[in-house]
This record gives sequence, C-alpha cells and structure tokens, in this order.
Amino acid sequence: MADRTIKVETLTRVEGEGGLYVRLSGDAVDEVRLEIYEPPRLFEALLRGRPLEDTPDITARICGICPVAYQMSSVHALESALDVTASAEIRRLRRLLYCGEWIESHGLHMHLLHAPDFLGFDSGLDMAKQFPDEVNRGLRLKKHGNQLVDMLGGRAIHPVNVCVGGFYRMPRRDEFQKLIPDFEWGLNAAVETTRWVAGFEFPDFETECEYISLSHPDEYPMNEGFIKTSSGDSIEVSHYEDEFQERHVPHSTALQAIRKSTGRPYLLGPLARVNLNREQLSPTARQLADEVGLEPLCKNPHRAIIARGLEIVHAYEEALMIMRGDHPTGKPRESYSYQAGEGMAATEAPRGTLFHRYVIDEAGKIVKAVIIPPTSQNQAQIEADLKQWVTQVISDDEQQTARQCENLVRAYDPCISCSTHFLNVKIERT
Amino acid sequence: MEQEKPRLAVFKFASCDGCQLSLLDAEDQLLAVAGALEIVYFPEATSRMEDGPYDIALVEGSVTTLHDAERIQQIRKDSKYLMTIGACATAGGIQALRNWADTDEFIRAVYAKPEYIQVLESSTPISDHVKVDFELRGCPINQYQLIEVIQSLLAGRKPRTPQHSVCLDCKRRGTVCVTVAQGIACLGPVTQSGCHALCPSYHRGCYGCYGPAPQSNLVSLATHMEKEGDSRTEISHRLHNFNAYAPAFRNESQRLLEQDGE
Repeated sequence: MADRTIKVETLTRVEGEGGLYVRLSGDAVDEVRLEIYEPPRLFEALLRGRPLEDTPDITARICGICPVAYQMSSVHALESALDVTASAEIRRLRRLLYCGEWIESHGLHMHLLHAPDFLGFDSGLDMAKQFPDEVNRGLRLKKHGNQLVDMLGGRAIHPVNVCVGGFYRMPRRDEFQKLIPDFEWGLNAAVETTRWVAGFEFPDFETECEYISLSHPDEYPMNEGFIKTSSGDSIEVSHYEDEFQERHVPHSTALQAIRKSTGRPYLLGPLARVNLNREQLSPTARQLADEVGLEPLCKNPHRAIIARGLEIVHAYEEALMIMRGDHPTGKPRESYSYQAGEGMAATEAPRGTLFHRYVIDEAGKIVKAVIIPPTSQNQAQIEADLKQWVTQVISDDEQQTARQCENLVRAYDPCISCSTHFLNVKIERT
Repeated sequence: MEQEKPRLAVFKFASCDGCQLSLLDAEDQLLAVAGALEIVYFPEATSRMEDGPYDIALVEGSVTTLHDAERIQQIRKDSKYLMTIGACATAGGIQALRNWADTDEFIRAVYAKPEYIQVLESSTPISDHVKVDFELRGCPINQYQLIEVIQSLLAGRKPRTPQHSVCLDCKRRGTVCVTVAQGIACLGPVTQSGCHALCPSYHRGCYGCYGPAPQSNLVSLATHMEKEGDSRTEISHRLHNFNAYAPAFRNESQRLLEQDGE
C-alpha cells in the first residue's frame, strides 16, 4: 500500500493553535507529530528586569483559561526566594481560589470541548440542542468556578487580587456566604455530571506511561507537596530540573519532556492526579470514584473526563468546607524585604504540574525566569499514545481517522497557549 | 421562511485565549447568542470550520509572525465587519514589550535552538495591518461589553461602550481614591473604563488593562508620580504593560525614558 499522510491543519476545541501530522506506510505508523504553530510570546525574556511584584499579573497572561495556576506557581516560587511563609489562612484561601479554577476549567473542558466527541457533535453549543439539561448544568458549574475566582480574585480571567505574600484584600464574610447555596447545589450537580460522563461509551484503549503529579500527605495536591510518580519515586520540587528534561527529538521541532532516569515521556493532569492521590479525594469524590468504577490505576486516556468530574466534585466539597469554616480575619499578606536569591515552586494547574523558577536580585528585580507548563511536558506522551491509537482507528476514511486522532488529543485538554511561550516552534505548513 | 442568521467567526493570533473565552464565559447569554448567530468558525469552541465570507469577525491576539501578517489580510477580505477583542489585538499585548528590545536576544534567552523560531521583530495591533471597524479594549475584555457590541451589531445601532477614565468609576462605586488616601500609584486617571474600577476596590492601583482613555493627560500624571518620589524609569515601567504599545502609553514612556537619558 502506498504511503499516505493524515493532517489536521487546525486542532479544534483546544486552547491555542496547533495541528497534527501523521505519516503512514500502509497501515504502519511512521511518524506522529503534534504540531504547534502558536506564535511564541517570550514571557521568560520580558519578565527580566521587572519588579518581582509584576510577576503574578504578567504570568497570568500566559493563559486565559488557567491564570490562577500561573499566579500560584509564581507567588510560591517568589516567596521561596524571599523566605516568606504564607499564613495558614492565606494558604486556605489560595486553595479556595484554585478550587474555583479547577471547577471553571474542568467544567469548560468536559461540557464544551470534550463531551461532544463522545456524543458525535461538533461543539457543546450544537450538543445543547439535544442535551439541553446536561449542557446547561455544565455551564452553571463553569459559572460557579468563575464566580469563585471572581469573588476571591476580583475577576475570573486574569485575577487582580493575588500578590506575593498573599492577597491585596481579604474577602468579606458576605462574599463567602453568598456563594454557599449555589455551591451546595453545585456539589450535587457535579456528582450527576460525573455519573453522566462515566456512562459514555469509552474505546477499549490502554497506554503504558509514567503518571506524575504533586502529592501531599494531608490533602489532595494543589499548591504544595512533593512530586510523586507511578513508578514509586518521590522527588522534591527543588529537584525538578534534575529529574525532568526538555530535549529535541528528530521528528519534532518542539521540545519534549522526558524523565532523565528512564529517557521516556510521562503524563500529567487529572488522570495522573487521581491515579496517584485517590485516597486524598474528598469523601464524596472518593465514594463516587468507586461507584462509577474508575480503575485504581486507569490507563485509558479517554477516561480522563471522569477524573475531571471527580476533581470538580472534590473542588466543590473542599470549597464548601473552606467557606463554611471560620472566616479569615488575619492580615491579607505577609510582608517581606528584598534579598537576592532563587526560588522554585510547582502547583497543580488543571492540566497538570506547572513548574516556575525565578532568580531575583537584591533590588527585587527578576533576573531569570523559567516556566515549564504542563502541556509541553505532556506533549511527548500524547504523541506516543497517538502512535498506538492510530493503528486502532485507522480506516480508509481519512477524515474519520483524523477525527479519531483529534478526539484523543482533546482527551488530554492540551493548552497550546500555555505551552508555546517555551516550546521550540517551527512553522511548517504544506 | 427562516431568515439567514449572520455568520460569526472568531480568530486567534498571539494571545492567551482569554478574550475569546469571555464569549464562552457569558454562560447566561451564551446559548442565546449562539442562537442569534451562526457560529461558523471558532476553533476553540467548535470543530465546524467554514470558509468566509463572514458577517462578523472577532479577532483576538497580535500580529507577531509573517504568516499571521498575511492571514489577517485574508480575514479582512472575508469579513464584512471586523472587530478586535482585547489588548493584544488592539495594542500589541504584553508581548509588544519586545518592540523595545532586541527580539533575537529575547529568543536566545528563551529557546535552546533559536534558529527554529521565526517571528517578526515586533508585536503589533491588528489596526497596523488592516482596517478595523471596532476595537474592544481590555486585558481581558469585559464580557458584558462584548455581548453589548454583538447585540448592537445585530440591531444595527452604535455600541454603547464608555470612554471615560477609571477614576469616574471609582467615584461611582464609592471607592476611596487609593492615590489620595494611601499614596498608591494608580493609572486610573489615564486608563479607559471597562473594568468598573476593579483594582482600587482591591486596595491596589490600576495597572492600565484597558489602555489609555481618550484625551488623558499622561504628562500631568507622570509629573505627579515624580513629585511623589517615583523615578522616571519606574513610571515608564508602569506604562510598559499590557497596553504598552498603545500610542499614548508608548509616547509618554518614551518621553520619560528620553528625559531620564538626558
């Protein structure tokens, strides 16, 4: 059989711009490339020389879908450089803010970007005509996430209230209380949503990979912890760059992350988090994971939508616990004085572990910034999984095969806007 | 017979996706908007991708590659009404900071293999390349303003988006002036409204997300900040933000830096 190629010029229902290229010899896969043509924006370079206080506002602009993740990794890394320890109250509020982002981002991905693949629609908006209740419920969940980020962060996209040391101002008690009834409804709705997606028909498909996420002895990972791997390793965040490496491979112009010790790619994100931290899920989410039959170590990337549902349930339950608890009364932020130094931190963005490292000078200016977003780390694993998937979905109908490939890419919820300010990009269009 | 609905397309250039997300974030109106329009091209939201002509094109992001400089020409040709959304599309975005720097040096600082990167020296607003019918400001845009502009287009009337400065909104919402009361530097007097004076209500100065308000007096504000003890470099830095390349901010930061260099 002649050589043939399958191309998806523009990947849809993902954040940012990318394409897909598959080359086949007969039915054998020669090459799979996740092509990124999103233009680079050079954030690490433009941060240099700026006051460290500008960092959370600027890094938020890397991504409109997960700005909180960028703000959280930034402030934690800078606080580490400044030897600042946030109070327990600030820590709690930061988790609350992250709950909002998870609900918003996962809600968006599940209902508007991913579910249409299982039900055969081009978009969530088209799907709404046949599944109005499910889509409206999803939009309401997403809205709750936005409302929570808005309440604590000032606005849902690019929040203004986050700063190094804590927050510019504490939320008021009435702002918390206003959200509680909606969140009580939302917790039940999120359980229903998870049951709904768990009932989708999933392809029989398993991949072998190393799952990696933060992990914490006392809580489901968000802002802090050590790096846990499915191969049994525990790694300090400060050793991140010793353990993981971005490198060029011959078939791709984009940097691809690998574990240094194995030379192999790895996977981040909700499936990795649930696989590695199931026992830390909130009680309702943990029980639901059992009820919907999510395997203890789920190796089917298509089923990540279930993990997202469980994380929304967790986020609602934790948000309610925080908002019902004692209202924070302490000072909104820790003070600090400038000192030259270096700090790093990793937090759990909706799409996976996001690592930041900064070097600052004695005047509080950024000397160097390193930002390693989850999507660029996932990219090599996505390609590896696609290679396997193509052989399973290949047919004479090229369009159908391409669509099936796209479906798998969307299962990882790649955020190309995030990943490209650091990926090596070669624009290649034919 | 059902009347044909206006065809809407959403395009993205260099940006964070946040402004087009504002459309999806208008949860309460989303399905109504989607019902009033035919969304024929919006890669972030739908796999349906139709060629032009389009009645309304929303454009997010700035032009930073040769390919994008060509792409916007075609989009203009295909579109009856072209509206830019957000600071990147209307002012070049945060990535326009490289317009003051050596782009090659920036690339070398970020990328291990700079030879793979093909970008323009500058990041420029859409209006530097094609005629733009309406510019919606903001980093990010205000979703209510976006809905207002789309609705006004559908109704054939002029969009009602305010052009006053942030200061007026602080007065309206009863926020005590952070500059007067606390001595916090604030770009509110020279920044266009759109956020409802958000930052001062969070006890911090405005950092200019919506870009320069028409007829704002930047020299006067900079002079005030200098009197308060800020260096010209610091003040210039403040303007070198998400709307750094908007003419009024660009000119004033340039003036301050030149004065500093004297």
